[in-house]
Amino acid sequence: MAAGQGPKTPAQKRGVEKAKDPKKALKGLWEYLKLYRWMLLGAIILTFASNGFALVGPMLSGKAIDAIIGPGQVVFETVFYYAGWMVLFYIASSALSYVLGLLMRTITQKTVRRMRQDVFEKLMELPVGFFDTHQAGDIISRISYDIDVINTSLSNDVVQICASIVTVAGSFVMMVIIAPELVTVMLVTIPLSIAYTKYMTKKTRPRFSKRSAKLGEMNGFVEEMITGQKPIQAYAREEVMQERFAKINKEAMDAYYDADYYSATMGPTVNSINNLSLTLVTVFGAILYLKDILSLGNISSFVQYSRKFSGPINEVANIAGELQSALAAAERVFRVLAEEEEVADIYGATELSDVEGNVVIENVTFGYRKEAAIIKNFSLNAKKGSLIAVVGPTGAGKTTLINLLMRFYDPWEGEIHIDGTENREIKRASLRKAYAMVLQDTWVFGGTIFENIAYGKEDATMEEVVEAAKAAYIHSYIRRLPDGYHTILTEDGVNISKGQKQLITIARAMLLDAKMLILDEATSNVDTRTEQKIQAAMERLMAGKTCFVIAHRLSTIQHADTILVVNDGQIVEQGSHEELIKKKGFYYTLYTSQFE
Amino acid sequence: MKLIAKYLKPYYGRMFFGLLIKIFGTVAELFMPWILAHILDDVVPQAKLDGNMRPMIFWGVMMFFMVVIARTCNVIANRKAAEVSKNTIYSLRNDLFEQILHLSGKQTDRIGIPSLISRMTTDTYNIHHAINMMQRMGVRAPMIIIGGLFLTATLEPVLTLVLAGTLPFVVLVVVVVSKKGIPLYAKVQQAIDVMVRTVREDVAGIRVIKALSKNEYEKNRFGKANDAVVKEELKASGVMAMSGPLLNLCLNLGLTFVIIVGAFRVNAGISKAGKIVAFLTYFTLILNAVIAVNRIFVMMSKAIASAARIDDVFEAENDLKVEESIGFSSENRLEFRNVSFSYQGDMDKLCLENVNFTLRKGQNLGIIGATGSGKTTLFHLLMRFYDVTEGEILVDGKNIKSYPLQELRKRFGVAFQNDVVFHDTVQENISFGRDLTTEEINEAAKWANAYDFIMEKEGGMEHVAAIKGADFSGGQKQRLLVARALAGGPEFLLLDDASSALDYKTDAFIRKQIRENLKHTMTITIAQRISSVMQADLILVLDDGVVIGQGTHEELLETCETYREIYHSQMGTEL
Repeated sequence: MAAGQGPKTPAQKRGVEKAKDPKKALKGLWEYLKLYRWMLLGAIILTFASNGFALVGPMLSGKAIDAIIGPGQVVFETVFYYAGWMVLFYIASSALSYVLGLLMRTITQKTVRRMRQDVFEKLMELPVGFFDTHQAGDIISRISYDIDVINTSLSNDVVQICASIVTVAGSFVMMVIIAPELVTVMLVTIPLSIAYTKYMTKKTRPRFSKRSAKLGEMNGFVEEMITGQKPIQAYAREEVMQERFAKINKEAMDAYYDADYYSATMGPTVNSINNLSLTLVTVFGAILYLKDILSLGNISSFVQYSRKFSGPINEVANIAGELQSALAAAERVFRVLAEEEEVADIYGATELSDVEGNVVIENVTFGYRKEAAIIKNFSLNAKKGSLIAVVGPTGAGKTTLINLLMRFYDPWEGEIHIDGTENREIKRASLRKAYAMVLQDTWVFGGTIFENIAYGKEDATMEEVVEAAKAAYIHSYIRRLPDGYHTILTEDGVNISKGQKQLITIARAMLLDAKMLILDEATSNVDTRTEQKIQAAMERLMAGKTCFVIAHRLSTIQHADTILVVNDGQIVEQGSHEELIKKKGFYYTLYTSQFE
Repeated sequence: MKLIAKYLKPYYGRMFFGLLIKIFGTVAELFMPWILAHILDDVVPQAKLDGNMRPMIFWGVMMFFMVVIARTCNVIANRKAAEVSKNTIYSLRNDLFEQILHLSGKQTDRIGIPSLISRMTTDTYNIHHAINMMQRMGVRAPMIIIGGLFLTATLEPVLTLVLAGTLPFVVLVVVVVSKKGIPLYAKVQQAIDVMVRTVREDVAGIRVIKALSKNEYEKNRFGKANDAVVKEELKASGVMAMSGPLLNLCLNLGLTFVIIVGAFRVNAGISKAGKIVAFLTYFTLILNAVIAVNRIFVMMSKAIASAARIDDVFEAENDLKVEESIGFSSENRLEFRNVSFSYQGDMDKLCLENVNFTLRKGQNLGIIGATGSGKTTLFHLLMRFYDVTEGEILVDGKNIKSYPLQELRKRFGVAFQNDVVFHDTVQENISFGRDLTTEEINEAAKWANAYDFIMEKEGGMEHVAAIKGADFSGGQKQRLLVARALAGGPEFLLLDDASSALDYKTDAFIRKQIRENLKHTMTITIAQRISSVMQADLILVLDDGVVIGQGTHEELLETCETYREIYHSQMGTEL
């Protein structure tokens, strides 16, 4: 319909994404976290405390070891003293980190809950055009997958970053306190380790991107081929597709291996640098020990600290990757939140009351894309109770008129009046409620039949609903269901037929008692008996209303007061059946082609 | 498990080579803390006594060697692991894909398309990941545990017991927490499903929601689903939040205990302080290995479940066997003889009941009837996606079961309802891997009234269609699919509601083109619209799997009431 986004290839969809403006995304996230800043502060304090306590451990153990001098010389009092403190600190640290976990999960869940709600509420306020140009799957993935990524990152990464900072800084300070001489050894190995990690990430990152792109491509292909299994079998194309798959599979696996091949060196090398530093520390420590500058306990503590110190550095690359994808996800979520909403009602907009149903369209010009107007200077006078039929080939843009009448879109130029009031001077909700609408894509939601019929009228009683169902010829069917009106319709209404769904939506419209009706006649895929019921129900629904019908039936078309003939999105002819037949234009060929 | 073993088999040699190397690397890693203890306890005091630094330098160099050996071996082993798993999964995936493409309709129905897709993707990844990590950690972790315990036992047997005593606690924490936590996550997933369903529903019904101004109502409805997710998630993460701190506590308390027990041992002159230092290092090493083993188990159980799902696909037997049949030369091109069919193979739930008809050369068939009346099933039987439950279908006088499957199907050109436009060029979508000339393709596109809009696309025939043909309208997609069916001039042309999105005029145009250009093709059309079938030589009216009327248009108007009803409702009663 309107200008869509370019179709994405599966690789683009599933590939590694980076936030285009990480600062903005970060700021957006902060807007949410800010609401819980005191809890967050508490979490940070807890992180510091719990990791700080854990850091004391090795120092205490060093002191305890120093008291273990040799046979018969062990100062048990000191050993027990320090061991006791160790136990206390460790318990405190674990308890605090558990409390921290609970606190973080609360913050995360609150944030995520709010974010999801915001996105959904935003969706409800967006113009219909947004849904015409975005795929349902894309919209859903923002609210589920993207927010989930943010969730994971918030609950793990924030704590991990704080903990890493504490651990690295704390360990470093401890090491300097214990043996500044030995720290100089670390000054060689740490930069080595950082430089190597950096170098390797630079080398592996493009390989990993390529790998996810290739895997995405393969997934896309697999999905397509398995969905298309029947035509492939029908045309006996199995071997051809297998060959193609083998090629894509090979490319994907090669990319996978390529990334693995390089990253295989990462772990062992970083480990070996750490071990190297351990060796240096041991040897130099031993020398210092010989010179009586260091005690054995000091060396032990130092070794433990140096291990703690290098741990987070190894994790940096991982966390950075996760953060990056979280920011990209946040950016996608915020992009929805930044979408423009439906224009607010103007100041002093009125409620419609006692609608008669006179609709006047005056010199309306409209198009979905800036450069292409598809309705030009269109006028129509629909008196109350009249029938306006819209006809034309499928995909010709017949829904445009509906979009304008319901104010899903506003015209560029011209005005639409209801009983003499301009559309834009009427409150949108009130305007829309003046119309009853039955669309071809019948929509029922996961709720009871009662809820589905009463959907448009909040205070509807059971009697009213039954009345409407009777009028729509669906009552006897509903009554025969085991749970009657309380039968729960499943997603997509798979437990009832398409025709019955149609009847339910007609009953929903019946209950509205609107003076104007928008109807999209559905013809296909319904059996004859239901078809007749639908037709009878629709006729009943149309009685006494100003009707705008996207017509497929000749009977409807011939009885229409005005027929709008649409082709390629434009209204090409307008008039009564007889007038249009006489004209021998597009309508004429359309009409006669049926009997060829 | 058997499945994984089968695909790994060709690479056993390489895998064992990699594992062997991994063993060397791990041994080197294990020696490091041992050397450390040796330096601290024996070499340094000795040096202190005699001032001889050479042993110390020697052991320092040894340590360096170990580092180098460990790195080299681990890198080589990891690469071998990557290579083995890559090759294994490559062939597994190819075979699985082949099998899926050859599944019969019955088996595809049993497993379901979405499930087949996830078996092809998620399940093969799980196995890939498991095989890879198994080789990288599967040897290393147990070796570190066993080797570590062994080495520490030589250093100091009593302290080893202390160390081994902590392990059960660690295992207990892991088991209890995951046992409690994992079912909770299943509940989280359920809540998420409900939430996603709400969003999907509302996105689909946005026009109705807006028309009825139900925004606030829907916000509340979503809010409830959202709250349910949060509630479940809080429960689950509350349990899981215990595992980290508890594991750490076990580890750290164990450490403290080692020091205390060590103090007694040293005091009694049985042990040395340096050994305690080494012990602390081993301790961390071993406990990390235990955690790794735990992870391997989780991964393996996932991979085994995945393998079972894949195995299920492989074991699906080909139930469409080619049978011997005596051929009659027959005037009849196509014949259905007492055909009954049930998707479940259950004679009480028949989808088609006792269908009989005969078509001679040059005749065309039209089928009309309500949804669910069995029209499409008829095509499925004819193309042998399913075998008939009773009766037989004859093509040129021979039972279709006697034709090799592909040979049979190659005779058909078919456009299904909701058929697939592939993410490929338009040309490829029409030729579909068949050896068709450009002229044949262009011609088919013209017959299907598709040529003009194709040419309007950027690149024309070379235009790459978006996923699921999203850049084509419903009517354009149908015409593209009809072009695919027409291309190459099939013996039988099957059109399943292939013109429902087309206007009468285009539909009539295409039918005319088929009549004029594919003279030797037998066309079988399924339609909702009477105008699409009324010129056929034989029309079947199907109702609930039963043929309630057959004959020409004129005959049916006389004899079949349902047909008459449909005719009048579609053409307007006054005609």
